[in-house]
Amino acid sequence: MENGKYGVFGGQYVPETLMTAVHEVEEAYEKYKADPQFQAELETLMKDYAGRPSLLYYAEKMTKDLGGAKIYLKREDLNHTGSHKINNVLGQVLLAKKMGKTRVIAETGAGQHGVATATAAALMGMECEVFMGKEDTDRQALNVFRMELLGAKVHAVTSGTMTLKDAVNETMREWSRRVDDTLYVLGSVMGPHPFPMMVRDFQKIIGKEIKEQMLEREGRLPDAVLACVGGGSNAMGAFYEFIPDASVALIGCEAAGLGVDTGKHAATIAKGRPGIFHGMKSLFCQNEDGQIEPVYSLSAGLDYPGIGPEHAHLAETGRATYVPVTDEEAVSAFEYLSRTEGIIPALESAHAVAHARKIAPDMAKDQIIVVNLSGRGDKDVAAIARYRGVELYE
Amino acid sequence: MNKKAYERITGAFAHGKAFIPFITGGDPSLEMTKKLIVAMEEAGADLIEIGLPFSDPIAEGPVIQEATYRALTGGCTTDQLFDAVKEVRETVKIPLVFLTYINSVFSYGKEAFMKRCVECGIDGLIVPDLPFEEKGEIREICQEYGIAIISLIAPTSKDRIKAIAREAEGFIYVVSSLGVTGVRNEITTDVKEMTDMVRQVTDVPCAIGFGISRPDQATQMARVSDGAIVGSAIVRLIGEYKEGCIPAVTAYVKEMKAAVMEG
Repeated sequence: MENGKYGVFGGQYVPETLMTAVHEVEEAYEKYKADPQFQAELETLMKDYAGRPSLLYYAEKMTKDLGGAKIYLKREDLNHTGSHKINNVLGQVLLAKKMGKTRVIAETGAGQHGVATATAAALMGMECEVFMGKEDTDRQALNVFRMELLGAKVHAVTSGTMTLKDAVNETMREWSRRVDDTLYVLGSVMGPHPFPMMVRDFQKIIGKEIKEQMLEREGRLPDAVLACVGGGSNAMGAFYEFIPDASVALIGCEAAGLGVDTGKHAATIAKGRPGIFHGMKSLFCQNEDGQIEPVYSLSAGLDYPGIGPEHAHLAETGRATYVPVTDEEAVSAFEYLSRTEGIIPALESAHAVAHARKIAPDMAKDQIIVVNLSGRGDKDVAAIARYRGVELYE
Repeated sequence: MNKKAYERITGAFAHGKAFIPFITGGDPSLEMTKKLIVAMEEAGADLIEIGLPFSDPIAEGPVIQEATYRALTGGCTTDQLFDAVKEVRETVKIPLVFLTYINSVFSYGKEAFMKRCVECGIDGLIVPDLPFEEKGEIREICQEYGIAIISLIAPTSKDRIKAIAREAEGFIYVVSSLGVTGVRNEITTDVKEMTDMVRQVTDVPCAIGFGISRPDQATQMARVSDGAIVGSAIVRLIGEYKEGCIPAVTAYVKEMKAAVMEG
């Protein structure tokens, strides 16, 4: 048992009012994790509703164009709701239902996790409320409407910087107001124990499938697995199965925004330092007084000042490496993958594609890179148009 | 050295029921924080809780969130607040405690933080995001420097109350309601049940906070405990009257102190 710690990171730093609720989730999760019926129900949902297993696609044109390592794309973008987020919410909302809860609440940045939660809540007949920073409800008006369409109530958060971290603050506050009938469905491998572990467990199917599919296709393990990292759930899901396989390089791609030295970035591993916030000890972008700093990325899904504790631990031990990728590199990779393979990736996932473009040419032709394509990019088209100077609004 | 801090804190409950006001350090300015501490002691405060502003106060409602924002945009830093406390400490006799989120302590350096507490006359710490299970983060260093960690119990604590109370020092902060800080019309929790459970294991005084704003609520809460804590109602006065808030806050503290004494 990990006891909620990953080396020095992790823990349960939440107000006393929430401790009973956090323990309740911990106990319920331990119980249902070992329950074959729960696992069977979840598997059915993953297969029949989310569309798993997701494809592992050999990007032949991209491989030839870059002239180095073979590139495979793990197509999480093909899941129902268009990203890996569905894996986690099906698990957590099913758990909430088993726990006898009737209401789920969630934070969301760009809206992907909010949409996924609203979807699972609609499917399983739960009341759903989503907290989203006012900045983000303005930027992602379409996703707000999408959540409402799914029956969720969306609250625009006007405290603090009015972005993702404030949405997390407000969801925690709401949970402390109403714990009896409500589960906080956290969207990433962050927050107090058991969330980092539980979310990773619900996402680890990504890496498990990659391994099976890769062995089937190539008869061997990949040389590198790449994934973008905000809070870190798709990366943790892709990496986890490969942690014991020392030959597989695990590379997380952080949002460097305008550049890690510009002060306008969300590169927590490159620029953050240890702290305790949002229920966990981990790395955070913060000033010398420990005030959490506003972060920036063109991609709203990576716009978070911290990172999951298990990533902080993997970075510290050197098992995984983390690299910064700028807005410009990500947008360019977004356009590149669209043209080269006919696949429009989420801007978040484009950070990982960008890094593959950097390293593949210098690798041997018999080496293999897997890029976790965590989501599809339809949601980003208007933002990319604006980035390129076309005044397009949804 | 070791016992002094919590003896001082417990001493605040020695002259009848205690009234504990809260202010956010640096709101509207550090000069005003100093004046407020002095004025509230004169008005009858038995202990003062000073909020060390943190960018993301997850246990606070809108009133204190806004005060925190004002303090931080006004440029209040941890060191400046320590300096301000040190200055007033020369005359102020009642115990002073910080309400601080754990990252402020962690980021400053735990030992450096405690040293400054001793130097500036901070007797204890209330850390809302440091539950019983994580107290080990600062338990030893606080003991070494003689700084009390004020434990909180909430309406959801139930079975946890006794374990928390057994380790409590200074006083126990009894959270009256679910949710975050802020004025409430009515407190519906059976607070007496909570304080009774505490009494079974310890003599450490209990003070009730969250939601209290009116004298009748303070009297009612003091009846089932050893005192009342009021934050948002005072912070709201400070937000309203700004630099001119001293008379309003003084009058309010006097009224509330009288109300708890009736309890």
